[in-house]
Amino acid sequence: MSELRNILTDSVNGLFGDRVTRELLTRFDETGDDGGIWAEVEAQGLTRPLVSEENGGVGGEWRDAHVLLSAGGFHSAPVPLAETILASWLAEKAGLPVPEGMATVIDGSDGSLKVTGEGSSAKLSGAVARVPWGSKAETAVVVGVQDGGVVVGQVRLSDARGITASQNMAREPRDDVSFDGAPVRVAHLPNDLPQDVVLQYGAMVRAAQIAGAMEKVLSQTVQYANERTQFGRPLGKFQAIQQELSRMAGEAASSGVIAEAPFAALDAGQNPEWQIAAAKARTSEAAGVGATVGHQTHGAIGFTYEHSLHFATRRLWSWRSEFGGARFWARRLGNRAVDRGVDNFWADIVSG
Amino acid sequence: MGFFNFEPATLPPEAEALRPEVRAFLAEALKDKRPVDRAWNWMGHDQDFSRKVGAQGWLGMTWPTEYGGGGRTFFERYVVMEEMLAAGAPVQAHWVADRQSGPLLLRFGTEEQREFFLPQIISGEACFCIGMSEPDSGSDLAATRTKAEKVDGGWKVNGTKVWTSNAHAAHYMIGLFRTNSEDKHGGLSQFIVDMKSSGLTVSPIINLAGNHHFNQCVFEDVFVPDGRLVGSPGSGWNQVMAELSFERSGPERYLSCIQLILELLGVAAQSRDPAMVEEVGRLSAHALTLRRMSLSVAGKLQRGENPSLEASVVKDVGGVFEQSIPEIAARLVEEEPTLMGGDDFQQVLAFLTMEAPSFSLRGGTREILRGIIARGLGLR
Ligand SMILES: Cc1cc2nc3c(=O)[nH]c(=O)nc-3n(C[C@H](O)[C@H](O)[C@H](O)COP(=O)(O)OP(=O)(O)OC[C@H]3O[C@@H](n4cnc5c(N)ncnc54)[C@H](O)[C@@H]3O)c2cc1C
Repeated sequence: MSELRNILTDSVNGLFGDRVTRELLTRFDETGDDGGIWAEVEAQGLTRPLVSEENGGVGGEWRDAHVLLSAGGFHSAPVPLAETILASWLAEKAGLPVPEGMATVIDGSDGSLKVTGEGSSAKLSGAVARVPWGSKAETAVVVGVQDGGVVVGQVRLSDARGITASQNMAREPRDDVSFDGAPVRVAHLPNDLPQDVVLQYGAMVRAAQIAGAMEKVLSQTVQYANERTQFGRPLGKFQAIQQELSRMAGEAASSGVIAEAPFAALDAGQNPEWQIAAAKARTSEAAGVGATVGHQTHGAIGFTYEHSLHFATRRLWSWRSEFGGARFWARRLGNRAVDRGVDNFWADIVSG
Repeated sequence: MGFFNFEPATLPPEAEALRPEVRAFLAEALKDKRPVDRAWNWMGHDQDFSRKVGAQGWLGMTWPTEYGGGGRTFFERYVVMEEMLAAGAPVQAHWVADRQSGPLLLRFGTEEQREFFLPQIISGEACFCIGMSEPDSGSDLAATRTKAEKVDGGWKVNGTKVWTSNAHAAHYMIGLFRTNSEDKHGGLSQFIVDMKSSGLTVSPIINLAGNHHFNQCVFEDVFVPDGRLVGSPGSGWNQVMAELSFERSGPERYLSCIQLILELLGVAAQSRDPAMVEEVGRLSAHALTLRRMSLSVAGKLQRGENPSLEASVVKDVGGVFEQSIPEIAARLVEEEPTLMGGDDFQQVLAFLTMEAPSFSLRGGTREILRGIIARGLGLR
């Protein structure tokens, strides 16, 4: 691991490990307040791993972003770290100013967001449902349609016509946002990016978060199984429990391995599309096993609000459906396999 | 964070460079094989094929050159292995020796054993089988009863081994025998047994599909010379544990049903049935994941680290995966599996449906692997 990656790993785990307590997460659930950790996330430069140093970023690699995202998933950090990392990267890459503060990404590439006008008179209109952190973020980096082509835009969310609050199971904001002639700064979609860049890269960051949360549920569950005693023995001594925890460990390990793949592909200068599809399909499937075995092992206490297990499991249940669920990405992989034919199947597995 | 270490591994250029060569070799060598032949995967036996692989320099690839080995990396070996499995090459005649018997002798064997056996493995001449399981000793391997008694100049072996894959075709067996009845684990030793030894009777055990793959091996006063003891008396248990981690570490642990995935893809490409297309995609996501995990285990071997925990994870997850494939294919495709007649899909489905129960038994059962993983998690 690079020096930078070690530093980022230590600082993100230090920060979230100290600050993201059950009390903080409870307060977030009740009020939406993050207890001030966002300011520290920003102060430590964790939102800009992919932004160049000249624009105030860290100038890191995709795998540097990966350690931050999985740590965010591990600790259930109630902040739009993933969304801001993506928005900052996409903005800089398209030649737009790097957003300050909380930011998110919005996919309007199917025509649901339209840009009209040029330069300083460009305007954004349209509506998109379930924008992550839409009600909290200051800025959105959007992909929309202009004159039949796809462009990247940057818009202030205070210029939205309406934001209707909505939440996922973890009470993270997933809001319906509409624009009606909002001022927008527009740039070309960089030609090495796909039109559905928000969907693809969104799936990639969620997969990394899922892998982190799987690791969390596994370690919490192993710890609980070693502590809780029934019939005079710790639960972990019962073979039925061991078998299930091993199964869950296999799913967690699989998630960790495949979630990292698209980040590594990007660092190697490769198109990450198929690794993204595999990562989101595989981790979304694993998430259900993680949550199920985690809860079964914890018994009734894990079913209470009082116990902290649900902070990770509610995120697993939510994240697996976001930016395309297991079936969506499996279909993409399947369509590719069918188009490429039997003779290319193995070659495609081997090349990622 | 993390109970396991699945460090990402990328194949170095010299390993990737082998791939086209192996593919070209296989395209020629396997050109007459039907899909249902390929479905045998690493259970397919063909000593001539193994000799050809040996002639390519693809056996004993990682072993030192002084014994005729290739002195190459585990990554190069990995590419050769995965290409062979993906193509459904009949690798069984060399598989066991190349995967575990050779490495066992390199680690624990005498100089004389290495000089005698390794070149025969490397040329694809010597086929090995594994004599661990017995009628009363399956998962509980330390319950081994087959006895080796010290006699003048060697050992006299009595007892019975079962489920011995390929014993009928093998030249040698690595046998695990009891040399001391007082000490359960410390009383076991490993020997190289010549399959032509007098007093050794190999009889077929026909599997549920009617195929002859494994055997019963009865030892009646079989003499094994001193020079065929591997390691020292009593070190058998520890050696077997090391050997099993090699046995569990390779890509064969997730690729047994690759031919059925290909057939399912063929059907999906014809029908464009959305459920089939989606399932092919799901299976590719799993295969991509398992391959990365398996490659990471190869990286551990390359660094000289002990792969046993991670290898058990891959074998467990891989076993669930490959065992699920006939179930999925049977559910999605409304065609009857056929032993006689039928098309390629139907034949491969029939063959692999009947093979699948063994995937979570051979090489250590699912329950035993999960016990190993549970130990890695700190539960036992
Ligand atoms: C196709 C095939 C090829 C084989 N080739 C070889 C070979 O070449 N050489 C060789 O030595 N052996 C070989 N084997 C044998 C294989 O290693 C054994 O089948 C395996 O170790 C299990 O032993 P068993 O069959 O006696 O089952 P058992 O040990 O009797 O187990 C039966 C069931 O009980 C479960 N069980 C057993 N103990 C426990 C426990 N403590 N906790 C929970 N569950 C448990 C098992 O997991 C299994 O589900 C082969 C087997 C097959 C199917």
